[in-house]
Amino acid sequence: MLTRIPPRVRALLILSILILIAPMLFPSSFYYRIGTLIFINSIAVIGLVILIGYAGQISLGHAGFSGIGAYACALAPTHLGLPPFLSLILGAVISGLLAWFVGRPILRLKGHYLAVATLGLGMLISMVLNNEAQFTGGPDGMMVASLGLTKGLEGLFDVNLKTSVVWYWFAGVMVLLGAWIALNLYNSPTGRVLRSVHDSEIAAKTVGADVARYKLVAFVISAVYASIAGSMLALFNRFITPDIASFLHSVELVTMTVLGGAGSVLGGIAGATLLTALPQALTVFHEYEHVMLGLIMMLVMIFMRDGLLPTLRKTLTRRAIA
Amino acid sequence: MKLKQVVKTTTLAAAVSAMTALATPALAEVLIGSTLAITGRASFLGDPEAKTLAMLVDEINAAGGINGEPVRLIQYDDGGDPNKARTFATRLVEDDEVVAVIGGSTTGTTMAMVPIFEEAEVPFISLAGAVAIIDPVKKWVFKTPHTDRMACEKIFTDMQANGISKIGMISGTGGFGKSMRGQCMDVAGDFDIEIVADETYGPSDSDMTPQLTNIKNTDGIQAVVNPGFGQGPAIVTRNYRQLGIDLPLYQSHGVASKSFIELAGDAAEGVRLPAAALLVANNLAEDDPQKPVVMKYIEDYQTATGEPVSTFGGHAYDAFKMLAAAMETAGTTTDSAAIRYALENTSGFIGTAGVVNMSPDDHLGLDLSAFKMLEIRDGDWTIIE
Repeated sequence: MLTRIPPRVRALLILSILILIAPMLFPSSFYYRIGTLIFINSIAVIGLVILIGYAGQISLGHAGFSGIGAYACALAPTHLGLPPFLSLILGAVISGLLAWFVGRPILRLKGHYLAVATLGLGMLISMVLNNEAQFTGGPDGMMVASLGLTKGLEGLFDVNLKTSVVWYWFAGVMVLLGAWIALNLYNSPTGRVLRSVHDSEIAAKTVGADVARYKLVAFVISAVYASIAGSMLALFNRFITPDIASFLHSVELVTMTVLGGAGSVLGGIAGATLLTALPQALTVFHEYEHVMLGLIMMLVMIFMRDGLLPTLRKTLTRRAIA
Repeated sequence: MKLKQVVKTTTLAAAVSAMTALATPALAEVLIGSTLAITGRASFLGDPEAKTLAMLVDEINAAGGINGEPVRLIQYDDGGDPNKARTFATRLVEDDEVVAVIGGSTTGTTMAMVPIFEEAEVPFISLAGAVAIIDPVKKWVFKTPHTDRMACEKIFTDMQANGISKIGMISGTGGFGKSMRGQCMDVAGDFDIEIVADETYGPSDSDMTPQLTNIKNTDGIQAVVNPGFGQGPAIVTRNYRQLGIDLPLYQSHGVASKSFIELAGDAAEGVRLPAAALLVANNLAEDDPQKPVVMKYIEDYQTATGEPVSTFGGHAYDAFKMLAAAMETAGTTTDSAAIRYALENTSGFIGTAGVVNMSPDDHLGLDLSAFKMLEIRDGDWTIIE
């Protein structure tokens, strides 16, 4: 029965059910925050699934785009008078344009040039955010205007709502939207070209695909995803520091993507869930937190080469057949 | 038969455990939360703070707790990441349901957490430096460390006493130097001091002679201030003497450690700086009210951890002691509002940072006397005042 539904619809269905039933298991309202953070990270990771999983390109500077998105939401409302939601879109446009501008020359080359270029780009963005203290508040960070979601809903229905609960549903819908776009892309002509680039650039070129153009498309899309995730984090936390654009955050995003299974959207979300929730579960071990995280990552890399979810799926189907 | 035995033993075990559970009524605990940058870039702040808190909790529990109730510290490590800090703050408030929170090693993490404690109405004592934390005053937020604004004021007071009115500044571009430079610019006017030269250097620069030459060639300059942290100020001090600049040099509280004197060597002679009493504990006058407090903290901390003290651990010491005192004054370990009120009315509290007198308009409660003006003479600190 379940197998007759097309895979992308099935993935969306599973995701919606998980988002719907998770709150029933929450022991306190604090878990809504964790849920929201998982969703926000998932959005950035879905973008990276398109770039890494579909097109086979590595970016080590995606936190930079998150930084642009975040600071767009922090700066545009005060300096340009834009409402926060339009600032989110402005950030996404700036990130997309910047990705296009940087990616155009770089993606004509083969190999790891994109990783190196994005590494530099991410660091530059982080430096600008740290040093232009008169605009960004420097390393101490700055306040961000509210999106007004909770206030708006409270006014509409005359109820008292918790910000994190409202955000849980809002971010959940955003994740579904992001996943829907990425899943549709997978089987679209563009998605097929991207996957062929991943398998072999030469083969893709031989059959007439404009490899550089399609790599650029994937890069720009993933930058927009990262930027929207950054904007959402800023609007959710109402406070932002340059840490969001740090190199470590870039690495964290790539780790989430690869850990869960770079080729699949659900895998990416699983990776984001694990790496966002695990530090909360490991606070008991406090001193050993980083050791445990490292160990889990090593084990996944050694024993589950395709990532968490694809390996799990493979084992399950093999069992089912046997 | 076998099954019967199993049932019997289980019932027995259940009965026994139920009885022991009844015999030991659940003790009320004082839950105090804390999130600090124990690891990561700011761990030089969070590590001594966390160790100090752990030590104080053990100490207070050994002495019978607060109002007879044992204290339990719920400690998280945010690694200096504001996003993580905010998550832990939410967890402390909504999941752990603590009565008060100490922490926020950095200004960034503190500012990210402030809205949560304001909304949940939980008293929060920050251990971070910036004046923005308590200015404007936030109802539920307090802090213990001196601000860089106070360091500027202390330096300018000393300058004024020596008839200095035109100065040059050479500041590090790290968070500390940048923030203090801004504060000094802000308050200079109040002391009739004019900043006639303003130079900066990067955190990893190894030669500041060009900037210092610019300062030296500025007309009418009478003294130089160097807000900065780490090795930069030591290099500035060496270059300063190499260029033969014969004007008073003021460093910030950021270099108030023995390693600065070692790094700068003979060039450090005559350098003046503001510093907390904790660093010059041995040089304090015998009748100084702070002397017994800081001497005890230094001894306790060194026995507990085997490490030398730092001012940062001192901030945590002040915060915990002040909170415990507020709970005792308020006579409650659960009523947040009463504890907050008692904290706000803290007066005459003697901590490692100075004498604290809080008020509804001042959630720091330190005045300039909290800083001692030091001069380096013969490779050691000398209190001048």
